Amino acid sequence: MKLKVLGPGCARCRELFERTQKAVSELGIECELEKVEDINQITSYGVLFTPALVIDEQLKFSGKLPSVEELKSLIQEKVKE
Amino acid sequence: MSLDWKKESKPLIVIASVFLILYFAPFESSRIRSSVMESLYLAQWYAREHVILCLIPAFFIAGAIAVFINQSAVIKYFGAKANKFLSYGVASVSGSILAVCSCTVLPLFAGIYRMGAGIGPASAFLYAGPAVNVLAVILTARILGVELGIARAIGAIIFSIVIGLLMQIFFNKEEKEKAGSGMAVPGAEEETRPLWQNLIYFASMVGILVFANWGKPDDSASLWNVIYDYKWHLTVIFAIVLDIALILWFGIKWWKIVTLAAIIYITAELSPGLPIIHFAVGALGLSVITASNKGEASEWFSESWGFAKQIMPLLFFGVIVAGLLLGRPSGDGLIPSEWVYSFVGGNSLRANIFASVLGAFMYFATLTEVPILQGLIGNGMGKGPALALLLAGPAVSLPNMLVIRSVIGTKKTVVFVVLVIFMATLSGWIYGMF
Repeated sequence: MKLKVLGPGCARCRELFERTQKAVSELGIECELEKVEDINQITSYGVLFTPALVIDEQLKFSGKLPSVEELKSLIQEKVKE
Repeated sequence: MSLDWKKESKPLIVIASVFLILYFAPFESSRIRSSVMESLYLAQWYAREHVILCLIPAFFIAGAIAVFINQSAVIKYFGAKANKFLSYGVASVSGSILAVCSCTVLPLFAGIYRMGAGIGPASAFLYAGPAVNVLAVILTARILGVELGIARAIGAIIFSIVIGLLMQIFFNKEEKEKAGSGMAVPGAEEETRPLWQNLIYFASMVGILVFANWGKPDDSASLWNVIYDYKWHLTVIFAIVLDIALILWFGIKWWKIVTLAAIIYITAELSPGLPIIHFAVGALGLSVITASNKGEASEWFSESWGFAKQIMPLLFFGVIVAGLLLGRPSGDGLIPSEWVYSFVGGNSLRANIFASVLGAFMYFATLTEVPILQGLIGNGMGKGPALALLLAGPAVSLPNMLVIRSVIGTKKTVVFVVLVIFMATLSGWIYGMF
């Protein structure tokens, strides 16, 4: 699985990256986590509001900062598929 | 093991510069001593005058906007097929709610340009957004005066439309070739609350903010003075409205609010004549109640806290630097007042151009333009150049020009920056004449 946190290096985006890191390590699953800061790449996902999360090239949400618990269930949903 | 010098160079530079400053700084010089004191006094003035009554309510409002205002509803006006007339209007004012977090401005700009309404509305949004966001308007009005606060908002809105239209006209041909790729408008989320309930909720918070900060007017016989005499009564009335809204529509338990009200009342009895303490107790209580709530209210708190966490350190740093370099309005910092005056004093065209160019290239961290400008005004900067700097400052900076360039290319970026400088100069010059 591949996770991408989209956001141009602002506080909320960094926070989302940290929370995602935490969610992944708490779930104990293998995955790649990347932080995308390039505006052009961000908009290529159709994202207008950052921070946003992309799992396996699929946009999960944008303009939100979910809690670690919510992130965990999002990732788990994807694992089950 | 070899060190990654690219990564280590940043802390190295920081440590080395602090060391060199401490080693060589002539602390015995009276100028430096007084500048350091100026900086501390300025920070204290902010802490006493602005944090509790102004910044804390402003953070709550910003947090509420982030959580309760349906931002995707605004986006439909930026789509490729949206009414152009509406696109410009919405682009110029929507920054007030969409640009509260500086991180949203550039992605939105890129999105509007690439997937939606094109270069015109995108430029309008980029110019106005940082200037009309609620926190910027509140802080400008509070610290630099209501007049400049309003001038900043109005100047930004009007000139953003002018800039947007000009960009559209200049690049009309290219725009037509680009058109086609529609914007994937995110599905509008369901409204959880009718608009009028949101309106009452926001109005009550704005009321608290406005009346708690009501300044004593010079003219003792006016209506403003009557309001001043009753400012705390009015603040309490708005606080009660907010409490009722929270109980009825936000799932806050009534007994918590009543307990808080009782605590505030007891505090008020124990410390009469110190409304700032009662206000602080109220804000603290509201934080505890919303943070411990499950659901929307806790989201509201965590967003507000997020803003506070993000903006307070920047503002603190900005105030310290502004105080050190420029001093308080009454005192002198490291930079001599005569210098400031010779560059941006009065309202000459040259001073306005200088302020605009400086603002366009300099990078201001979120809201730090306000204390810096306060310092410059204290040193003799005219109100025209002050507005020019306020308009050109947050809209562009050298770092974000590079990002903008990667989105719209060199030619359009240069034209945009020139337009920003030109329009900021013009608005400052006109404003300075009055």
